[in-house]
Amino acid sequence: MNYQFAWSVLWSGQTGAWLLQGVLVTLQISALGWLVAVVLGILAGAARTAPIALLRWLAAAYVEFFRNVPLLVWMFFWYFGTPPLLPHAVQEWLLDHSAEFWAGVCALGVYHGARFSEVIRAGIRSIPKTQFEAAVSTGLTVFQAYRLIILPIALRLIIPPATNETLNLLKNSSVALTISVAELTFQTRQIETYTAKAFEALAAGTLIYLALCLAIAAVMSQVERRVAIPGMIARGPSGEL
Amino acid sequence: MDFRVIADNFSFLMLQGLIGFGSFAGGTLRLALPAIVLGFLLGTFIGLARLARLSWVSVPAKIYVEFFRGVPLVMVIFWFWFIIPTLLGRSLPEYFVALTAFVIFEAAYLAEIVRAGIQSVPRGQVEAATATGLARGPMMRYVILPQALRNMIPALLTQFIVLLKDTSLASIIGYVDLTKAAQIVNNREIRPFELYLFIAVIYWLCSYGMSSYARRLESTGQSAV
Repeated sequence: MNYQFAWSVLWSGQTGAWLLQGVLVTLQISALGWLVAVVLGILAGAARTAPIALLRWLAAAYVEFFRNVPLLVWMFFWYFGTPPLLPHAVQEWLLDHSAEFWAGVCALGVYHGARFSEVIRAGIRSIPKTQFEAAVSTGLTVFQAYRLIILPIALRLIIPPATNETLNLLKNSSVALTISVAELTFQTRQIETYTAKAFEALAAGTLIYLALCLAIAAVMSQVERRVAIPGMIARGPSGEL
Repeated sequence: MDFRVIADNFSFLMLQGLIGFGSFAGGTLRLALPAIVLGFLLGTFIGLARLARLSWVSVPAKIYVEFFRGVPLVMVIFWFWFIIPTLLGRSLPEYFVALTAFVIFEAAYLAEIVRAGIQSVPRGQVEAATATGLARGPMMRYVILPQALRNMIPALLTQFIVLLKDTSLASIIGYVDLTKAAQIVNNREIRPFELYLFIAVIYWLCSYGMSSYARRLESTGQSAV
């Protein structure tokens, strides 16, 4: 092996700016995708436990279809497949407003929404049924019981698995490079193409992903501690196996 | 919309793309099946290493798992795609690169499944095995692992589904799997909606079928073996 390391490629010329831009786009697409995913996840997760059969069925159909197909296929589907079906004016608008980015947000949001809903459903399931019955017996409607009692408890219980899912979403945003969204992995490849220094470029990208993941995990564990419901979450050194 | 494009290219998509018979060295299943088997073997070693008492065995295993779980698979595939040629001085076929990347990456996730499976075996089993005079090695082999494996089966099936979906990412280095096959057909026919919807349904059939099976195993508590 006669590979010459040249770590300076990472900060000489434009490459530093490229990496920074990549991080920004990764964070943007992940944040927007996360918002879509959380909203869809809460709606579908709640609907899957609702006492209305049609809602349960619709939510199950959404979840089972979207999470069982690779994200890459969804990227292609939203980016290449759906625009031709839209009205011409919308197509034009999308072309001028980075269609690939919005397709990426759609793909990430809808795919991870299906996965989030499973996390939320598990959280709702873990709340004793008596909570729901007590809420309804005080005169709340089903919708109110979910909004005021069930969801606030469930959302706090599910922080650890939801963090996991958030990290998955962040890592999966790298798939958006296949539809040429200029996110971190895309920029890493670009640096590799321009400088022919694969090792350095990939190491930089990998370390940034690791750092982002660690940072999010650290923030979320703080959040978890702050919103913990006393007596409902057994956490601590014994919690880890 | 014109779904004749599916009928016209059905055999290419299914035989070449899904299974791997054809002029390209490709196929989703031809990549996913060896990857899960080899990944499980490597994952078993790493999972056992994580449980080892010696810290110079368990710490590297922990770092391995945490590292690969913190990095996107796309990144790992690119690592192997660029690094193997540099190390060896010549490039290798996409199939080999993709298989290596998947085995190494999935092993990190499978190691956690193996670890959880071993930890799910009740402590009393270890004590009983020790009381009968078994040493640590035979105890692992005859008492712990057979029970642990049985507990792991639903999680392993789920991980195989994840892997099956992840193999679509091998298409980014040019490996002709189901996704790439659809891309190839699309380049000629320009029917993205129909083609991508079709392969979505194929992926769905594979993974939904397996996941309902896994769920049934889990809910009845029965084992497949």
